Amino acid sequence: MIKIAILDYGVGNLFSIQTALKKLGVTTIVTSELDTNLEYDGIILPGVGGWKHAVKRIQVNQRILNDYYENNKPILGVCLGMQLFFEKSAEGPGDGLGFFEGEIMLFSNDVKVPHIGWNTLKQNNKDRILDGVEDQSWAYFVHSLYPKPVDSKIISTTTDYGIEFTSMVNKNNIFGTQFHPEKSGKAGARILENFVSVCGKL
Amino acid sequence: MTLSKRIIPCLDVKEGRVVKGEHFVNLKDAGDPVELGSKYRDDGADELVFLDITASPEKRKTVSEMVCNVASKLDIPFTVGGGISSIEDARNILCSGADKVGINTMAIEKPELITEISERFGRQCCVVAIDAKRNEDNMFEVFSYGARKSTGIDAIQWSQEVEKLGAGEILLTSIDRDGTEDGFDVELTKEIVDKVNIPVIASGGCGSMEHFVDVFNKTNVDAALAASVFHYNQFNVTALKGFLKENEVLVRT
Repeated sequence: MIKIAILDYGVGNLFSIQTALKKLGVTTIVTSELDTNLEYDGIILPGVGGWKHAVKRIQVNQRILNDYYENNKPILGVCLGMQLFFEKSAEGPGDGLGFFEGEIMLFSNDVKVPHIGWNTLKQNNKDRILDGVEDQSWAYFVHSLYPKPVDSKIISTTTDYGIEFTSMVNKNNIFGTQFHPEKSGKAGARILENFVSVCGKL
Repeated sequence: MTLSKRIIPCLDVKEGRVVKGEHFVNLKDAGDPVELGSKYRDDGADELVFLDITASPEKRKTVSEMVCNVASKLDIPFTVGGGISSIEDARNILCSGADKVGINTMAIEKPELITEISERFGRQCCVVAIDAKRNEDNMFEVFSYGARKSTGIDAIQWSQEVEKLGAGEILLTSIDRDGTEDGFDVELTKEIVDKVNIPVIASGGCGSMEHFVDVFNKTNVDAALAASVFHYNQFNVTALKGFLKENEVLVRT
C-alpha cells in the first residue's frame, strides 16, 4: 500500500485532501513532524493557513524535506504548500524551502483579491501529473498570492487572472499546484491519481 | 480574464436533513444533504452553501456530522453557515471538512470574529453574509437575526468594513427580493460590488434563468446563489449554464 504523509501546520481543513487520497487506496499519515524512521512514498504540503505560521512548521521538517528533494522522492505542494517551495513571500517574513528560485507575489489591486473560483489551466509543459488532463481544464482556486519562478522551465501551467500567473510547477519529482486538486472535480482527481502513481513507482 | 462566474445552490439543513419550506415555515423533509449535494455537483454546481437552521443547541452537533459526510463525498467546495458564534464553532466546522464558514448576525454583534477567523484560517474561509433591505430613507440597511431585526447600519459601509476586518467574500441577500422571484436586486448588488475589492455572491429573488444573465451582465458580481428554483426543479444547473453560455456569460461547463 502506498503511504503518503500530509504535513499538518496546525490550521484548517486537511480532511478533504485526506479523503481524496483515501479514495485512491492510499494510507495517509497526518503529522506535524515528519518521522525520519518512516519511509513515506511521498509527502504532501497542503494548502491551508498562512505563510508566517507554516514557515515555522517547515523549519522543523526542513532536513527531511531537503533529503526528499535531493533524493528525488515525490513531494506535492498545494496552494500555500507549493508557495513554500520558493524562497520568499510578500505575505510575511521567514524563508521558504528554496527548492525553486523565486518569490511569492501579491495580486495587484486591479483584480479582486482573493482570487476565488474556477479558472482554467493553460498547459505549458506536459507534466507527468497532467496525464489525461485536457488543456484548458477547469480548476478551483482560492488564494491572494502567486509564485513567480525565476526558471521558466519549471512552469507546467499558467492561468489568466488579470495577469498570466504560474498555476502549476514541476521539477523532477517535485510538483506544485496553486489550485486545489482535491476541490477541482474530475481534473483535480486525475492530478492526484497521477501523483499517487508517481509515488507508487519509486 | 478566464475566471468563471459561479452558480451556487443553497440548501437549508435542519438536524442533519435538508428541508424545504416557505420563509422557514411549513418545513418539509427534502432528503439527505450528501445525496442532494451530489446531484447538484453532477449538474455542474460550482459550490454549495449549507445553511443550518437547527434551533436547539443540543442538536447542533448534527452539523459537524453532516459536514463530515458531505466532505467525504463531494469534490467541490462548500460553505456552512448558521449559528456560528465563536472561533471554536468555526474551527469545528472547518476541521470537519467545510471549506468556508458563513457568519451573519455574529459578524454584526462581534465584528472581531471576522478578524479572528480570517487570521486563524485564512481570509478565504470567512464569508460574511449581509442581509440588506431598502428603508424609508432610501438607504440599504443591514438586518440581523434572519432578516428580522433592523440594525440601522448602512449596507454599503458595512460591506467595506467587513472587507477591512478580513472577510474573504460577501454573500449579499436582498430582503426585498427574497422569495419574490422578481429577479436579483441589481441595484443593491451593483452598489456593493463596485465598493469592495473582494468577491460578492448575489442572492435573493431569482425566479428564472434570465435573472442570472441580468445580474451577471449588469453588475460585476462573481457568483449567484439560489435555492427554490433548483429545489423545485424549475430548471437545473446544467440548463442554466447552457443558457448563460449562450448569453456570453463565462461559466464552467
